[in-house]
Amino acid sequence: MSEIIKKDLSEIIELIKKKEIKSEELTNLYIDKVNKSKKLNSYITTCFENAIQKAKEFDRKPNINSLLPGIPLAVKDLFCTDGFKTTAGSKMLKNFIPKYESTITENLWKEGAILLGKLNCDEYAMGSSNETSYFGNVINPIAENTVPGGSSGGSASALAANLTPATIGTDTGGSIRQPASFTGTVGLKPTYGLCSRWGIVAFASSLDQAGPMTKSVKDCSIMLEAMAGFDKKDSTSIEKKKENYSKNLKTDIKGLKIGIPKEYRVENMPKEIDELWNKGKNILKDLGADIIDISLPHTKYALPTYYIVAPAEASSNLARYDGVKYGYRSSKGNDLIEMYENTRSEGFGDEVKRRILIGTYVLSSGYYDAYYLKAQKVRQLIKKDFDENFGKVDAILTPSTPSSAFKIGEKTNDPISMYLNDIFTVPVNLAGLPAISVPAGLDKKGYPLGLQLIGKTLDEQNILNVAYAFEKNCNFKNEIKNWWL
Amino acid sequence: MSIDKDKIKHISKLARISIDSKKSDLLAKDLTSIFKFIEQLNELNTDKVEPLSSILNTPLRSREDKIDDGKIREKILKNSPKNNEEFFVVPKVIE
Repeated sequence: MSEIIKKDLSEIIELIKKKEIKSEELTNLYIDKVNKSKKLNSYITTCFENAIQKAKEFDRKPNINSLLPGIPLAVKDLFCTDGFKTTAGSKMLKNFIPKYESTITENLWKEGAILLGKLNCDEYAMGSSNETSYFGNVINPIAENTVPGGSSGGSASALAANLTPATIGTDTGGSIRQPASFTGTVGLKPTYGLCSRWGIVAFASSLDQAGPMTKSVKDCSIMLEAMAGFDKKDSTSIEKKKENYSKNLKTDIKGLKIGIPKEYRVENMPKEIDELWNKGKNILKDLGADIIDISLPHTKYALPTYYIVAPAEASSNLARYDGVKYGYRSSKGNDLIEMYENTRSEGFGDEVKRRILIGTYVLSSGYYDAYYLKAQKVRQLIKKDFDENFGKVDAILTPSTPSSAFKIGEKTNDPISMYLNDIFTVPVNLAGLPAISVPAGLDKKGYPLGLQLIGKTLDEQNILNVAYAFEKNCNFKNEIKNWWL
Repeated sequence: MSIDKDKIKHISKLARISIDSKKSDLLAKDLTSIFKFIEQLNELNTDKVEPLSSILNTPLRSREDKIDDGKIREKILKNSPKNNEEFFVVPKVIE
């Protein structure tokens, strides 16, 4: 029985459809494993009572024609869930219970999924190692004392450890793809506007996108299909017809043109990553794709641009946390202003404060043109690099990360070295494009590494297909040894 | 651009975050190195480049100015740190 939770989501769905397992039995298997896996610290809140009750309801009247029939799912604790604590990994929101449901989670429940719990993440999704959460570090199930990446670190850890059959994260600069790469799982950041941002705790609104994290590319297509869709409550939601990503998944990629950007071969990149990238190229070539060298000349400016745009938007978004309407309030202070200042000082962690200060500075009088406007102009150049190349190629192949998972504490004293983790993922957010990270192999420590496929705007089906073809031919198997049990 | 303690004091005032003196030293050091990194952008001439503020080609949709989520005062007030059944309560503003 306990072997079942090791299976992919798509296989588990089949078992439910064939009535080989009940939703309640399945839910109990996950509850049991979650209870034994506290050491990983991937859950902030468990919603087991809710899950069992909903599973029983499903079993009484199973609707097996939905996309996620009776499937228990834990989600990143950045998605507002009606009646269940939503903390964003922050002391500021440690007791916040939303009175409404995010559109994305609502879409999942409509397809038959059941809320199992809320997963740990970097505070307000600001971090690349899940070390900024108020609720403590998350451990990567691949090895002790190793970070799962971030900011969707709890999602990646829970998924890899089989504490949820699939999950969702958010990706502002790499927060889905980098942890997916670090844990040997699949993670997709959709085109900006494909998945509604309504009800997601906001970080940087022009970059934030929700996306699926799964154990296989097929699972990813199922989850994306359930999540995506127009939402009038999000003013940046794209109006378009729903697509059947899972039904249309195919491995035939003959004749597709795959671009290899030379700027992604960065200094000091470990040899194994270069080798994996080559392996990826060769696999796609053998499947009939044309490999084409391309240039994205402004790549090196993506990260500096991001560290103006994202903090600027964050400083505006996080201005709402004033200790008045919801969230934490400090008991210190003699007047309203002091109450604000103490609330924000005590409620936010160091990384969040750092970014609010950067953002406040680049937007402040006298500096706006030099920093924020400059960054918006460079963002245009970065987008143009992609636009020009997507005339010549159908997708772009790069490594997902410049290293594999690192040890807890290894990069916490140097913000720049932490930020460099997102060097390959950030350009995609700035350009609003879809990209998927697929596990590709192991480094010499035996830690997983991923490759990233970047697609044209709204071309999710195409990158899913290439990833699917790659996955079928790359023989990667994620071996998690359950050492924490 | 070097960020000193005075600048940290100024920005933290704008951001309504109180910062103690010890933290302020560390922040000045961190922000100085981050701004040095950010200022790589000055290598690029962007005089003739249009700024990109939205990735979408279409203008933002607007909706009719109509209230459609009223009558949830109780629910909303429940999450506030201090309230008196009808209003949010804050420290005294006017003497």
